[in-house]
Amino acid sequence: MTSSPERPSSPDRRGRVTRRGLLKGTAASSAAALGSYRAGAQEAQGGDPSGGETVHVQLTINGASHEFTLDVRTTLLDLVREQMDLTGTKVGCNHGQCGACTVLLDGVRINSCLMLAAAADGRSMTTIEGLGTQDELHPMQSAFIENDGFQCGYCTPGQIMSAVGCVTEGHAGDEAEIREYMSGNLCRCGAYKGITNAVAQARDDTLEWAEAT
Amino acid sequence: MRPFNYQRPANAEEAVAMVDPMGVAGQGGAFLAGGTTIIDLMKLHVVTPPSLTDLGPVGLDEIEEGNDGTLHVGARVTMAKAAEHPAFRDRAPVLSEALWKAASAQLRNVATLGGNVLQRTRCPYFRDNVSPCNKRDPGSGCAAIGGINRLLAVLGTSEQCIANYAGDWANALILFDATVETMSGDGGREIPFADLHVLPEDHPERETVLGDDELITGYRLKIPGWARRSLYVKARDRDSYAFALASAAVALDMDGDTVREARIGLGGVATVPWRAREAEEFLSGQSLTEETAMRAGEIAFDGAQPYEHNAFKVPLGRNAVAKGLLDAASLDLAGEAQQ
Repeated sequence: MTSSPERPSSPDRRGRVTRRGLLKGTAASSAAALGSYRAGAQEAQGGDPSGGETVHVQLTINGASHEFTLDVRTTLLDLVREQMDLTGTKVGCNHGQCGACTVLLDGVRINSCLMLAAAADGRSMTTIEGLGTQDELHPMQSAFIENDGFQCGYCTPGQIMSAVGCVTEGHAGDEAEIREYMSGNLCRCGAYKGITNAVAQARDDTLEWAEAT
Repeated sequence: MRPFNYQRPANAEEAVAMVDPMGVAGQGGAFLAGGTTIIDLMKLHVVTPPSLTDLGPVGLDEIEEGNDGTLHVGARVTMAKAAEHPAFRDRAPVLSEALWKAASAQLRNVATLGGNVLQRTRCPYFRDNVSPCNKRDPGSGCAAIGGINRLLAVLGTSEQCIANYAGDWANALILFDATVETMSGDGGREIPFADLHVLPEDHPERETVLGDDELITGYRLKIPGWARRSLYVKARDRDSYAFALASAAVALDMDGDTVREARIGLGGVATVPWRAREAEEFLSGQSLTEETAMRAGEIAFDGAQPYEHNAFKVPLGRNAVAKGLLDAASLDLAGEAQQ
């Protein structure tokens, strides 16, 4: 057996592999494995000194007016989760492909991950936290429970916000239309049947709710 | 996302004055409309504009009809609004169907028609920001030609690029001799929509004839009465919310069973929005049967160049054309009120 001078752990070439170094390395790589989103969020919160430009933004969120000074890169999704601690709105793909981050902006559903908070200045946003309360659920929330419209629950806030938009935008006419107009929300558990039934069940009550609010 | 400067102009004139197009390889300042393409690509670092000029405050978000029946469509009309506008839905259903069969409801609520026709390719090698890609990094090569090219183009390709044009609405708009209205530092101009996109050839990084500070402000088009007989066939990997593997936009002017005029656009299979003019010419004066519809599909794909994984797009595309023609011909419009 010959000893290779190129061995990466060779102490005289690369320095001693210490336990502390190993732990630091492991921690760094697990942080990386947690996904680029956290890193991106911290970058967007001004943690990166090269981040640069900030912008002043006013938004009405769940009925209350708020003002922020934000890194311009902050998306509405970053804003509600990181600044408002409203973590009901979920990070899924972070690229507009899954619908987990769906919120209502001026009453219509959007992917909050793809909209800069700066571009929503002056507008009004509703998240899942603004839809119902623990004591008085929104009819769509009740319908999801009654119809088993979820399994793991991760996509559910986005599904429910999208379902409300689907109804109020006038596209919950029948099952085929509901399926077409809910297709921007993926459910990896496959609860689609229950979701479709929930939207159909809560349609009329949701329209009444929309008129009242 | 890389840092950028955020700018809010009050109107379109200010927007083109402040967009700051200086840059290299398309990485100059960019306009921000709905953002559903550019924010996605900025997160991937595929595009890294030094500034974004937000078109939010500039208006341009109405569809208006002139006295002579010409439609003027603002560039910031959303896909959702346009899909449900009676001018499209009732008078040229292909222009509505190509919209509601695209993207998701959430995306259509913010994505605009100006940005929609400029949507970037979904070629995975363009998006991965690592592979050689002449579109993203001119001169670096094309990883798609010898790679996994199932989703990519078979028409209008070059040895430098086989990235397909990903959108749907443009394949329908190209049927109607529409005009693109633009504004830039040099003033404004009108461009025939069919001339907006350019083939990749030796410069796939260049996708349109637009200058770096040139903004699409709207479209002008006149919808012929017979465009009620139009539709959009879209074949994809799942029933909804997926890009076209192959699509056909079809509008037919029929005299009984005989074709007076046919217009055919193709999607999912070409590097740019594609008008199948030879197939249209073949159909003119023919009676429309399963045989002539299939023949039109074959002609539409004459000259197609399939690659290792996307040869299936040729028969799929031919069949989409034939299905579009036959379905359009059999639309029962008699029962509907005349416009």
